[in-house]
Amino acid sequence: MFAYYLELALRSLKRSPGLTILMVLSIGFGVAASMTTYSVFRAVSGDPIPWKSSQLFVPQIDMWGPTGRGDDGEPPVAMDYTDAMKLMRDHRAKLQSAMYQVSPSIVPADASKHPINVSGHAVYSEFFPMLDVPFKYGNGWSADDDEQRAAVVVISSKLNEKLFGGANSVGKTVNVEGKDYRVVGVTNDWNPQPRFYDVVNSGGFSTGLDDVFLPFERAIALSIPNDGNTNCNAIPAESGFVGLQHSSCVWIAYMAELDDAATASTYKAYLDGYAHQQQQSGRFAWAPNNRLRNLPDWLDSQHVVPSDTKVSLLVALGLLIVCLVNTAGLLLAKFLRRSSEIGVRRALGAQRLSIYAQFLTEAGMIGLAGGVLGLLLTGVGVASVGWVLPKDIAALARVDLMLLAMTLLIAVVATLLAGLYPTFRAARVQPAWQLKSN
Amino acid sequence: MALHPILAALRKHKSGVVLISMQIALTLAIVCNAIFIIGQRIDRVNRLTGLDESNLFLVTQQWVGAPSGDDPAGVEKLDSMQKEDLVALRTLPDVASVASINSLPLLNSSSNGEISLKPGATESKGNTRTTFYFGDEQMLSTLGLRLIAGRAFNTGDIQHHSFRDQTEPSIVIVTKPIADKLFPQGSAVGKVMYLDGGTTPTTIIGVVERLQVPGSGSWTNNFAYNATLEPTRIDHNYARYVVRAKPGRLEAAMRAIPPTLYKVNPLRVLDDDSVKSFADIRASAYRADIGMAILMGVVCLILLGVTAAGIVGLTSFWVGQRHRQIGVRRALGARKIDILHYFQIENLMIAGIGAVIGVLLALGLNAWLMQHFEMDRIPLAYVLVGLVALMILGQVAVFVPARRASNVSPVEATRAA
Repeated sequence: MFAYYLELALRSLKRSPGLTILMVLSIGFGVAASMTTYSVFRAVSGDPIPWKSSQLFVPQIDMWGPTGRGDDGEPPVAMDYTDAMKLMRDHRAKLQSAMYQVSPSIVPADASKHPINVSGHAVYSEFFPMLDVPFKYGNGWSADDDEQRAAVVVISSKLNEKLFGGANSVGKTVNVEGKDYRVVGVTNDWNPQPRFYDVVNSGGFSTGLDDVFLPFERAIALSIPNDGNTNCNAIPAESGFVGLQHSSCVWIAYMAELDDAATASTYKAYLDGYAHQQQQSGRFAWAPNNRLRNLPDWLDSQHVVPSDTKVSLLVALGLLIVCLVNTAGLLLAKFLRRSSEIGVRRALGAQRLSIYAQFLTEAGMIGLAGGVLGLLLTGVGVASVGWVLPKDIAALARVDLMLLAMTLLIAVVATLLAGLYPTFRAARVQPAWQLKSN
Repeated sequence: MALHPILAALRKHKSGVVLISMQIALTLAIVCNAIFIIGQRIDRVNRLTGLDESNLFLVTQQWVGAPSGDDPAGVEKLDSMQKEDLVALRTLPDVASVASINSLPLLNSSSNGEISLKPGATESKGNTRTTFYFGDEQMLSTLGLRLIAGRAFNTGDIQHHSFRDQTEPSIVIVTKPIADKLFPQGSAVGKVMYLDGGTTPTTIIGVVERLQVPGSGSWTNNFAYNATLEPTRIDHNYARYVVRAKPGRLEAAMRAIPPTLYKVNPLRVLDDDSVKSFADIRASAYRADIGMAILMGVVCLILLGVTAAGIVGLTSFWVGQRHRQIGVRRALGARKIDILHYFQIENLMIAGIGAVIGVLLALGLNAWLMQHFEMDRIPLAYVLVGLVALMILGQVAVFVPARRASNVSPVEATRAA
């Protein structure tokens, strides 16, 4: 029976090729626009560490008080040195790390080559197990190395490729900012987007990647300057990098791993206790106003998904709806024009259900054709977002099997939905009327 | 022409009419808002920086193993390294002038603070926000800024200090918006103000007409042209130099930079981004805006195309359906033009209903976008222009099937359907 409906549908579509092409184009463009913008949205709104994001927390301490809060009463989004170090020393979470962005130079061993500049972070040893950083060779450093301010470094596989031709470089030496460091680990293509461990400095997405990770306290001791944002509520009393460390300026990111809600609330109580203590000692002249957000909430509060991406997706969905309304109108006209044919079929004993099946088959075929066109256009669309969108975001959008399957599915389902009302009207055609009028 | 027969006919295919007017309404709502977004982005991109942008480029370079700048000896060493670079760059044949600078408009790397007329005013509410540009005596001329009052910096004015040294300067030049805000009546030149809640007085020695802040994001919207220029070379492990090439020699001048700097001191980092023309800085700052405008433009084109095609398709069907009636009308004496007008007026009515609903939808969508995203209220002009445009689109789309209808021969009346 289905084959018969297919044949009927094909015949009907062939009879008015202009209209058929119009509907297919309409569905194809509508679906492609939606899927192209969706591919961008999906890329920027994804969870960078889905298996663990609910256990990773970002603490915020209100060290500036009421004058430094935004209109929403939020404390600063980064930490000053004093508080970050206190939290590290107290070590109340299972794993935790303070971190700051650095941009050191690397001097190649080959003297004929010019020095290069890399970006990276100064972190604690727990950074690597906490974020499940994958290693190609070696591993992170130890807590002992943290304390000893050891000259150790973790480098990216890309930098390893550049410096050592991709060979296992664990134990080899890299010259960072004029000092020798022993490579202890090489990360394995690790470049999470958004760069969730420091969204304040990366703005979420970044075309570059972190090439080096240095021990935090060593970087501080060697005065490797922070390359990220520094925000001050008051002018530091002393100048220089040491002055920055003694000031209330915020420039350090912080992340802690807390296994469950109970541990998280204990940790929040600890933060409030600490702020309360600071209030009593006179450093803070205000009640505790801390925050402890898990990673998804933190990314949300930092508006990591650009509003342009959301608006584009919404507008594209609007376009899809218009295309569907358009298709519904055309299908209605097309189906009702065949009232006499329906009348004959009904008079010859076809059930209403058969009419439904026949016309929905036709709608489905248009949807499928629209979907195939949509696939091609989505491919073109995703390939060309690189021309128009910022590079950091465009680079993330890609076509995969999931996107292709969704494109086809949405095209067919949407067209069937658009065909429902026209089919309903077609099935209501009275056979007697049609036969009489002819 | 009497509207009655049109209304009667419309009532006979209600659902088709409802669908097409709904489509027109949605199209109008989306197109108005999309075009408003495009207009806003174009306005942003067309903002003037205040610079003479042609022939301008920026050099960003970092020294390897440079002193930290935390001790006086280190600061002096860094400063002499910077001066060496400046001397070398200024002698290049294709270079007109060079200045040390901390940032440029649209570079999105900035040092911002506040100005007050009272000393020690840390309470931010009454203060004026500003960005700070640090540079030497060639800064104004290299950037091509227009001095409208007072004087430019001279060699004797130039100080130098480390990146994290917060010493307030004794003299500055400000942009006109700051001068106007702080001293609404009379000239700002010679007047005193205080920076960042400090207590050291700073005297304004000059006013430039316009200079945009380095930040291009929406967070700078409320102080986009508030800039304060300090006569200071910043000493840090990296340094930036803004270079004006001789007219037409931009590329040659840019190519000459890396070898010249490596010759002065090979222990430094210069990568692909180190020598960047201002045109490139501008392009990357506004890439997202231009991208959004293009995307909205594409969506609008598709929308209008689909809607026009929908009108053509549906009207063609109605024409086909009413072949016989048209024939009867023609046989009864209706002229071709009457048939043409019939379909044109019919479309005008359907599009009119859709457009009225569309205007309401457009305003509703705009209100919703304002609530959830950074969006301004849409000016009514956009909506009205959209309305007229869509009515015209409807008329253009209906013309082809309507003309076909008008060509139906009166003989049709005699034929069986």
